Amino acid sequence: MSATSYGWLVLAFPLAGLLVTSLGWRVLPGRTAGWIASGAILGSFLASLGALVQVQDLPREERHAVDSIWTYAATGDFDVEVGIFVDPLAVFMCLVVSGVSFLIHVYSISYVSGDHGFARFFAYLNYFVFSMLLLVLAGNFILLIVGWAFVGAASYLLISFWYRRDTATHAGIKAFVMNVIGDVGLVIAAFLILNETGQLDYLGVFERAPEVFAQNDGTIVATCLLLLVGAFAKSAQLPLHTWLPDAMEGPTPVSALIHAATMVTAGVYLIARTFPLFELAPTAADIGAIIGTATLVFAATVALVQTDLKRVIAYSTMSQIGYMVLGVSVAAYSAGLFHLMTHAFFKALLFMGAGSVIGAMAGIQDMDRMGGFRKAMPFTFVTFTIGALALAAFPFTSGFFSKDEVLAYTINRGGGYVVLALAGYFGAALTGFYAFRMVFRVFGGEPVPEAKELEGGHAAHGEPMNPMTGEPEDTDVGFPGPEHNVAESSPPMKFAMAPLAFLALVAGVVGIPGVTDTLEHFLEPTFESSRYIDDHPSAGAEWVGLAAGGIISVASIYVAYVFFVRRRGITLELRDRFPKVHAFLFHKWYFDELYDAVFVRPTATAGAFGRRVVETDFVQGFIVGGTTGIVRAGTSFARAIQTGFLRAYALLLLLGVAGLVLYFLLASS
Amino acid sequence: MDVVWFLVLSAFIFVIGAAGVMTRRNPLVVLLCLELMLNAGNLALVGFSRMHGNEAGQIFALIVMVIAACEVVIGLGIIVAMYRNRLPIDVDEMSELRG
Amino acid sequence: MWFEQLLFFIAGIGALAGALGVVLLRNPFYSVLSLVGHLLALAVLFLLLHAEFLAAGQVVVYAGAVMVLYLFVVAYIGGSDEPLRPESGAIGVFGPLFAAAVGAELCIAFIASGLKALDTQGADLGAGFGAPAAIGELLLTTFLVAFEAASFLLLVAAVGAVVLARRRRGLEEEGPAVGPRSDLPTDTMEVRA
Repeated sequence: MSATSYGWLVLAFPLAGLLVTSLGWRVLPGRTAGWIASGAILGSFLASLGALVQVQDLPREERHAVDSIWTYAATGDFDVEVGIFVDPLAVFMCLVVSGVSFLIHVYSISYVSGDHGFARFFAYLNYFVFSMLLLVLAGNFILLIVGWAFVGAASYLLISFWYRRDTATHAGIKAFVMNVIGDVGLVIAAFLILNETGQLDYLGVFERAPEVFAQNDGTIVATCLLLLVGAFAKSAQLPLHTWLPDAMEGPTPVSALIHAATMVTAGVYLIARTFPLFELAPTAADIGAIIGTATLVFAATVALVQTDLKRVIAYSTMSQIGYMVLGVSVAAYSAGLFHLMTHAFFKALLFMGAGSVIGAMAGIQDMDRMGGFRKAMPFTFVTFTIGALALAAFPFTSGFFSKDEVLAYTINRGGGYVVLALAGYFGAALTGFYAFRMVFRVFGGEPVPEAKELEGGHAAHGEPMNPMTGEPEDTDVGFPGPEHNVAESSPPMKFAMAPLAFLALVAGVVGIPGVTDTLEHFLEPTFESSRYIDDHPSAGAEWVGLAAGGIISVASIYVAYVFFVRRRGITLELRDRFPKVHAFLFHKWYFDELYDAVFVRPTATAGAFGRRVVETDFVQGFIVGGTTGIVRAGTSFARAIQTGFLRAYALLLLLGVAGLVLYFLLASS
Repeated sequence: MDVVWFLVLSAFIFVIGAAGVMTRRNPLVVLLCLELMLNAGNLALVGFSRMHGNEAGQIFALIVMVIAACEVVIGLGIIVAMYRNRLPIDVDEMSELRG
Repeated sequence: MWFEQLLFFIAGIGALAGALGVVLLRNPFYSVLSLVGHLLALAVLFLLLHAEFLAAGQVVVYAGAVMVLYLFVVAYIGGSDEPLRPESGAIGVFGPLFAAAVGAELCIAFIASGLKALDTQGADLGAGFGAPAAIGELLLTTFLVAFEAASFLLLVAAVGAVVLARRRRGLEEEGPAVGPRSDLPTDTMEVRA
């Protein structure tokens, strides 16, 4: 089978899984829906492997395949096809997405068991994977936008999965609205592209673009900025980032899949895919790099003081995606994508571990109440620590090679980029610190009561409640189910976490500079038209960068060790000494408050005004009421004649006769 | 005799009948006044027939008489039905067909 | 000729008096009788206009049959004496007013000099004008359709009257109290002055 046939299979499996679980949710017994959905994703992964093999068979100069199953619109100048584009980049993304998704599906079978919405969850998950694969495999901008929008919808559905929680539904709406802002940017960018180049499919656009646009032409910069708007909304970069921490309202597998490994990387994929356009608009690329770096630092600082376990990991995601955005904006495409892959592994692993801990804590996510779980949950402890090591870019973990490669490439570009790279190293230091802040606080120290209970052999049971507001809930439809699953006692969770831990440790092997550059070599055919393709740092320079990164990482872990193990309580002193700084960081640099004041309040006021004045008073009262009032007034006049009195009618008749006779009298005289 | 006199007389009778229809409340009397109007019409018709020397007017008047008879029959039937159903025999009370 | 004019005035005054009687008399029985008088006067007027058959028909059919029917019904129903009060409201003012207006217009129409088309003496008449033979011939030839239609109408009216006035079992409801008065004997025709 050809590469594109495998590509269609990759899409067909999750679609089939979606249809089966969504249509048959009533009849599927027990956890079957989960196995069906996971099987579908496994099929997708295997098809991606098939596509990989087929793509590698294509000649190196033309390593892409296009296929379309339906022409949606055939206009004179260009056709809108429902078509896929299979090249190394697409295959790479498919493998990462389907592979990690499969493991998360298996994890979810245990995590979401006992929930009333079990089948619905897997239907949504399959829908999400289908949309993400559609986005990645799309061969033209239209299908990209379709996949983009679907992914946003899936994110909304999954964030507000426990839909009877107000906080969850609000978070879902917030995420969706911000995603829509990105969608608008993307659509306008697509329109500009169509307007200028007359094409919408990737090959056509990328061929025409250098002919139509001069370097740094106003239009191409605008187009790329709009693409960046789309990318930043989806990838939660400044300033469209506020939805991501709130999105932690969704179940932990959702956080792992969507908000760590796949959906938020869609922005990075977009920039990488449209790299010819970005290379024609260096201004836009630079803006992307700056914002990526800014987000990186911002998110790292906020993660230092957050107390909700999942939110720390969420800000860490935001920060790491900043690295990826920085990477693809400075034309270090394979480095950025390498970090995307390793990040998917260790971030999903961290979320899964967090899910396990939260299960042990009976739903509580507050780190202030956690501690000493290392004896009670050894498997989770080990895997979580592995994930944290990779996140902190500890030497020879996968994160080490990927993150420091990005920074090495950035330095290599020279000039102002060095500043960005230094900011990146600063962020790396913070990353190591907060990663191990998590580890030491959750697993170190004295065991809390829940941990002691777990050591005793069973997970703690608390009152079901909303972890953010503390208000009690029940475990009925629309709320989390009654079961709390811990990895130690749940084989599916172990089965999912173990491969990720393994990969988080060894995946760096595909990108050791100077020794193996498998990934770079693999992705090269996609990026060979880039003018920076041969502009990469020497192996020596890379190893220097790696060494620097390694030192920073170890140092930051040591500092964390000191703060949280040796001299516990020092952070509390710091907080009391710098209350304003702490508040600033804790409230996420007051972005939410800013947006609330600038956007939400005026819109709400305008909406209330619209409802009160325009809708109720004007339309209902004046126009509708006025129209009916006029009709009523008119008819009441006519009604006055219909008295029902015979004699009045006779009178009117006579009046009419008199009038007629008068008329004839006058007419004949 | 001037035919005009007959016509003027018919006009007066018609007008008296019309006033009666409007002012009386007993439906029987209203019907009687209707008869007056019809007869006034008959008189006018016969007058014109005399004027033109054409008997068509008289035929017309004959038919009008037939119609008047039928109408009286039905009208009285209605009034009898009203009486039987204990409804008030008063045109002002029969005012349900109103807007 | 003076005889005709005298007869005309007598019959005319009789007709007008009968008409006024119909409208002004309070007891409906008297109104019916007044109308009978009016009809007879009208028959005389028809005779003056050389419409013999019609005059006979008027007396026999109209005054003889229709009015008798009327009398029966008035006797059955009785009809209350309407209170002798002037009509209140707009009807009392505008009714007669508009009627008078129509009357005035018609008179103007007839008398005013503009209507010179009215040949006041009338056309020359043949011998059998208005005789039953002439009427009958016209009815059965030129105006056959009207004749047949009128007879059909009579049939329909007869059927309709039977349907309207028959007793329906169980459908008579209690209505307001203006109905057959229980203190009157119902099988005699009592006329009250």
